[in-house]
Amino acid sequence: MQTTTVVAKTMDFDYEQVEKLLQEFVGKKGVVVPVLQKIQHEFGYLPRPALEYMAARLRIPVSRVYGVATFYAQFHLQPRGKNIIRVCRGTACHVRGVTKVAEKTKELLGVGVGETTADLKFTYEEVACIGACGLAPVMMVNEQTFGKLAPEKVQAILKKF
Amino acid sequence: MQEKHILICAGTGCISSGSMQVYEALKKELQKQRLESKVRIILSGCHGFCEKGPIFIVYPEDIFYCGVSAEDVPALVTEHLLQGKIVERLLYKDAQTGEGITSHAEIPFYSKQKRLALRNCGVIDPENIDEYIMRGVYQGLERVLRMEPQEIINEVKGSGLRGRGGAGFPTGMKWEFAYHNRQDKKYVVCNADEGDPGAFMDRSVLEGDPHAVLEGIMIAGRAIGSDEAYIYVRAEYPLAIRRLRTAIAQAEAYRVAGENILGSEFNFKINIKEGAGAFVCGEETALLASIEGARGMPRPRPPFPAFKGLWEKPTCINNVETLANVPLIIRKGSAWYTTIGTEGSKGTKIFALTGKVNNTGLCEVPMGITLREIIFDIGGGLQGGKKFKAVQIGGPSGGCIPESLLDLPVDYDSLHSAGAMMGSGGMVVMDEGTCMVDLARYFLAFTQSESCGKCTPCREGTKRMLEILERITQGKGKAEDIPRLERLALAVKDGSLCGLGQTAPNPVLTTLRYFRDEYEAHILEHRCPAGQCSALLTYYIDAELCTGCRACTRVCPAEAITGEKKEPHVIDEEKCISCGNCVERCKFDAIKTK
Repeated sequence: MQTTTVVAKTMDFDYEQVEKLLQEFVGKKGVVVPVLQKIQHEFGYLPRPALEYMAARLRIPVSRVYGVATFYAQFHLQPRGKNIIRVCRGTACHVRGVTKVAEKTKELLGVGVGETTADLKFTYEEVACIGACGLAPVMMVNEQTFGKLAPEKVQAILKKF
Repeated sequence: MQEKHILICAGTGCISSGSMQVYEALKKELQKQRLESKVRIILSGCHGFCEKGPIFIVYPEDIFYCGVSAEDVPALVTEHLLQGKIVERLLYKDAQTGEGITSHAEIPFYSKQKRLALRNCGVIDPENIDEYIMRGVYQGLERVLRMEPQEIINEVKGSGLRGRGGAGFPTGMKWEFAYHNRQDKKYVVCNADEGDPGAFMDRSVLEGDPHAVLEGIMIAGRAIGSDEAYIYVRAEYPLAIRRLRTAIAQAEAYRVAGENILGSEFNFKINIKEGAGAFVCGEETALLASIEGARGMPRPRPPFPAFKGLWEKPTCINNVETLANVPLIIRKGSAWYTTIGTEGSKGTKIFALTGKVNNTGLCEVPMGITLREIIFDIGGGLQGGKKFKAVQIGGPSGGCIPESLLDLPVDYDSLHSAGAMMGSGGMVVMDEGTCMVDLARYFLAFTQSESCGKCTPCREGTKRMLEILERITQGKGKAEDIPRLERLALAVKDGSLCGLGQTAPNPVLTTLRYFRDEYEAHILEHRCPAGQCSALLTYYIDAELCTGCRACTRVCPAEAITGEKKEPHVIDEEKCISCGNCVERCKFDAIKTK
């Protein structure tokens, strides 16, 4: 039987790294989201052992941590690509034809929404709105925004990464 | 002494159009021409005219250049700075006359605007607090330190300011509730979870004028008796988050935030919480749950947050744009503020004008202006001279307003009676090529995936409505679908706890109200009048334009296109699956739809 303070540890996982991230949050309230953001920033996704460890350390049921992690679009339970592509599906982009841009991008990468290429180079995502509507249609690759897109411009953008 | 100031826009829009490359090129060129000491470069916040970016303004003469690229920089330096000649080709060209306009005040996009909340955006360097102080920021804070809380509240109540986040609740009243609820700890929360697709005014205010928002937050704090605030901002806005952090650090260093503000006994701490990508968190109770570290799901009200909010403490939640208005009201007085706007809606509103309009960007207008003025004067009419069809206001909670209502004044009550709502301020213009059924489907797809799932009518209702709309756009609609949609829409509206569910059917209801004939054309005639729903289109080849190059035959997955080389080809309607591949491939625009 497992208590809240003991974690059934997984081999080959660096718990030290998670412990370091948790330091500033122990004993504070309202930390689940920022802790998950830190873990994801460090690992690129939310590894299961990290969530179990965090739950035990912060004395939160792991079910709650899982509930929060799966509620928000920003969190990912699977490893992700080196570069994150976010195609905007906002209204302005919709009206200005982002659908074709999205199709072309998926076709070039050979993946669907939320999927990662086999070489772990790109993860393809669609988001509600980037807020760069003046330049619609737009996509972001990592933190860089590309505007006034057309299907034939996608290849050149992907080549930059 | 620096003789010239050059403002380069460093908002998200201009950065993605290459304004940082312009900045680097300018620094290099000034060095080369030995002008570094004479010219000061300022990276400013958003000017709103994102479509024409990067924007580059030279002061003191106030010459507005747009669409500037790094390659244009040597010419600008040599011709403008050294020879004093205006570089004509980079000026904004009047849409009608084609003539270059030098000063931005004369550009129609700006001349009808009244920039209050955006007063500093694009004028100052958002990462330098000294420039704010010169523009009068923090004078309002200084003033409220000498006022009684009730006096501050009366001032805001007297101004008639209503919440700019969408619902339009009177701000002063909200503050009063929180003030009268005496408890040891209270919070101010700034809602910067701008999730409406097609809206980016809060982002621009945060990026271009973060101190105005901080000042507004602290004035609210002083009024309700709070000493701590949270700014809940979308993680999708990295630049806004960075500039807020810089602004908070600078304000603390200058003693206009933190402990003993401006030498008084007033202490105030401002925290930033990054949202994690859930649209429903824009709803106030869901937002509070998210700050507390839980799933962002709304709860029933009452109790309202002003009584039981963050961690059960009285909490005052205001939107970014609302708070940016507050310092101005305190500084200039509520009497001045009430001179702007209409009877029931005072002041200005920022709109994100996008879609198929010539001038896309951010504009701030006095309440009561007509939609026609915004779209045709500020927006410069429709792209490619196409015919106006509808304007979608208020994002997924709002509605589509047809041409017959273009002279509707823009204020909370008029928009509400037309079935739309002010919402946060997204305004997407559509021409005759936009299918209204598909647009309703698009919004439903959004709200359906963002529904948190707590209320069954919203979770299941939006899903069923989406299925019906998908069916209609695929040409499989049935006659009874329209009444069924209407029945479901009302059930979702009545049966949902929060604003997301209560307003999610609006796009469907307004398109049914104003564009019912389009629904009927899809269902009864299997025809999409806008020519957008690909499943309902028939493709054919214009024999006059077809050169017989065979490019289309190679991309057709259904092998529906036949014809001899160098002879006009033909599409077999029976085989065609309406994928549209051939249209994209054809270099001669020979493939048409009907």
